[in-house]
Amino acid sequence: MKFSHESIEINAGLLIVLTLVAISIGGLVEIVPLFYIPGTVEKVDGVRPYTPLEQAGRDIYTREGCYLCHSQMIRPFRDEKLRFGHYSLAAESQYDHPFQWGSKRTGPDLARVGKKYSNAWHVQHLKAPRSVVPESIMPNYPWLAENDLDYSDIADRMRALKKVGVPYSETEAEYQANVKKFGKAMADQLNINLAGENLLAQAEAGNYDGNRSRLSELDALIAYLQVLGTMVDFKKYDEGYFAEFR
Amino acid sequence: MSDKHNEQAVQTTGHAWDGDLQEFNNPLPRWWVWAFYASVAFAVIYWILYPVWPVGRDYTKGVLKVSYESNGKTVTSHWNTRAVYIEDMQKGEEALKQKAYLDKVAKASFAQILSDPEMMAFVRSIGKGLFGDNCAACHGQGASGVIGKFPNLVDDSWLWGGSVEDIHRTIRDGHAGFMPAFRETLNEEELEQVASYVLSLSGHKVDPAKAEAGSKIFNGQKGGCHYCHTHQAKGMKSVGSANLTDAVWTIADVPDAPDLKGKLAAVEQVIRNGVQRRMPAWRDRLTPEQIKLLAVYVHELGGGK
Ligand code: HEC
Ligand code: HEC
Ligand code: HEC
Repeated sequence: MKFSHESIEINAGLLIVLTLVAISIGGLVEIVPLFYIPGTVEKVDGVRPYTPLEQAGRDIYTREGCYLCHSQMIRPFRDEKLRFGHYSLAAESQYDHPFQWGSKRTGPDLARVGKKYSNAWHVQHLKAPRSVVPESIMPNYPWLAENDLDYSDIADRMRALKKVGVPYSETEAEYQANVKKFGKAMADQLNINLAGENLLAQAEAGNYDGNRSRLSELDALIAYLQVLGTMVDFKKYDEGYFAEFR
Repeated sequence: MSDKHNEQAVQTTGHAWDGDLQEFNNPLPRWWVWAFYASVAFAVIYWILYPVWPVGRDYTKGVLKVSYESNGKTVTSHWNTRAVYIEDMQKGEEALKQKAYLDKVAKASFAQILSDPEMMAFVRSIGKGLFGDNCAACHGQGASGVIGKFPNLVDDSWLWGGSVEDIHRTIRDGHAGFMPAFRETLNEEELEQVASYVLSLSGHKVDPAKAEAGSKIFNGQKGGCHYCHTHQAKGMKSVGSANLTDAVWTIADVPDAPDLKGKLAAVEQVIRNGVQRRMPAWRDRLTPEQIKLLAVYVHELGGGK
């Protein structure tokens, strides 16, 4: 047999370039079309960016590494639907950066945990999971109730997300666009200039951790958990509608 | 070694280090090469069957088809996981098996379900799974609850009523259990008196004078306990107030207190701080059939009373 690829094998630089080209083809063919083929993201009402408090909670979720045990993507299988609810839509994580889909399920999927339990249950469960689920292997997170929520940089965090495409508003024009898209009440929440006030107001009204006297990390985390998977009203759509986007 | 290779005239890359250290260019094993060609052939077949290649603003759909019912019409689409899922939900073997029972349960009245052993067997097996996925986190796997937080569902004592219809309403619409805090209204002495009265109702030996004074608070304007708990203190299912005359406790941890002092303290604590707890509504999360099944399942847990 002739040694036909000698020039490649003896030239490390060329070998690297060609390897990268070969590997990229697979990746590019899978990823690039998603950016221009219309209709991979379902058109549904209700999906909106997180409010400042929810976003702060989401940052705690990633900080604590909850994603190491919990996925946030329900796959379109019957048994998953029966256990967790409707399968996740692409549209539902369009404002998630980074997304939390995951595939590691030491604990249950959390994509639709919002409103499933009461705030009081979450407080108890996060502080001491075994006090409500004796067989649980989830760690205790007692410090979430003890730590004050540091939200001094929430506006900057929202600005960073805005850079990657989340429609938080800073200018009047952006705000008006949000009013059109999400309604006035939600547009107010997405206004970066009012981030701190909005965060406080939502925590005050929601009293997520059951302790009105302080704003804890638990307040933010529970606000986030309680909104997961609740934005789309699936009663409004026929099941066949979503299959059209595949 | 090197001699042997030289004999077979193995091809080398032409490199030689340290005099005789050569790099061979051996052909890949046969089986490997054939496995490689087979996987290429598999890929081509896959391209034909399944949606694969992006083409312009569309993509090749593949020749496999899936059909399902949508809006009363039969839709046939190219193979994709969502269509397969709908088909499985509508026509899958497991789904059909379950659907036959679900339809039967949906049509039957509670009385009919309760008296039909076959439907009850179905309720028990499905109910266990539904309860585990949705209710056990609060009420516990065995439904015995956590005192003070989540009520026990296996006893015969109910806050919101124990008929299947009552339980059905509880699960569908949820409930907010609320009792005001009396720390501003009653001082420590009055708290002890009213707690003594409460304990006397379930047969505890308490100071009769204190219980007598407590009864006045309970049944009078000062405490106003009777508005919710009734003068007989049997509770009212319309407001989910506890029956205080039975020996079953849902908030006050009386059974675990070792002596009268502890029991009084447990009851006083409830009266002082009030109660606020919430049973979520399930109408948006579970289907009407599932809620119906669960109602029967929970009713059975409680001894069916
Ligand atoms: C070591 C793995 C692990 C980690 C890390 C972990 N969990 Fe869990 N989680 C579990 C397991 C196992 C369960 C199921 C038992 C239970 O309910 O406690 C669970 C259950 C839950 C549930 C209830 C889900 C349901 O539908 O019943 C929530 C909510 C939850 N976890 C949130 C969190 C949050 C928030 C964090 C991060 C602060 C976290 N978990 C970190 C393992 C983990
Ligand atoms: C977030 C925790 C939580 C979950 C999850 C939950 N419950 Fe409850 N449930 C409660 C609380 C708290 C109460 C007591 C309400 C009150 O104080 O009046 C309650 C009360 C009830 C009652 C009424 C008890 C009585 O004495 O009248 C029933 C029946 C019940 N739950 C059934 C269920 C079923 C069935 C499910 C699953 C579909 C479920 N619960 C899930 C927290 C929960
Ligand atoms: C507004 C209505 C309301 C009033 C007034 C009220 N209660 Fe209650 N009470 C409730 C409800 C509802 C519960 C059950 C709470 C739950 O399970 O979530 C309860 C529970 C209790 C319990 C706990 C029972 C158990 O099984 O653990 C005690 C003790 C009690 N009440 C005593 C009193 C006394 C004494 C007063 C008057 C000082 C009083 N209540 C006034 C509504 C009321």
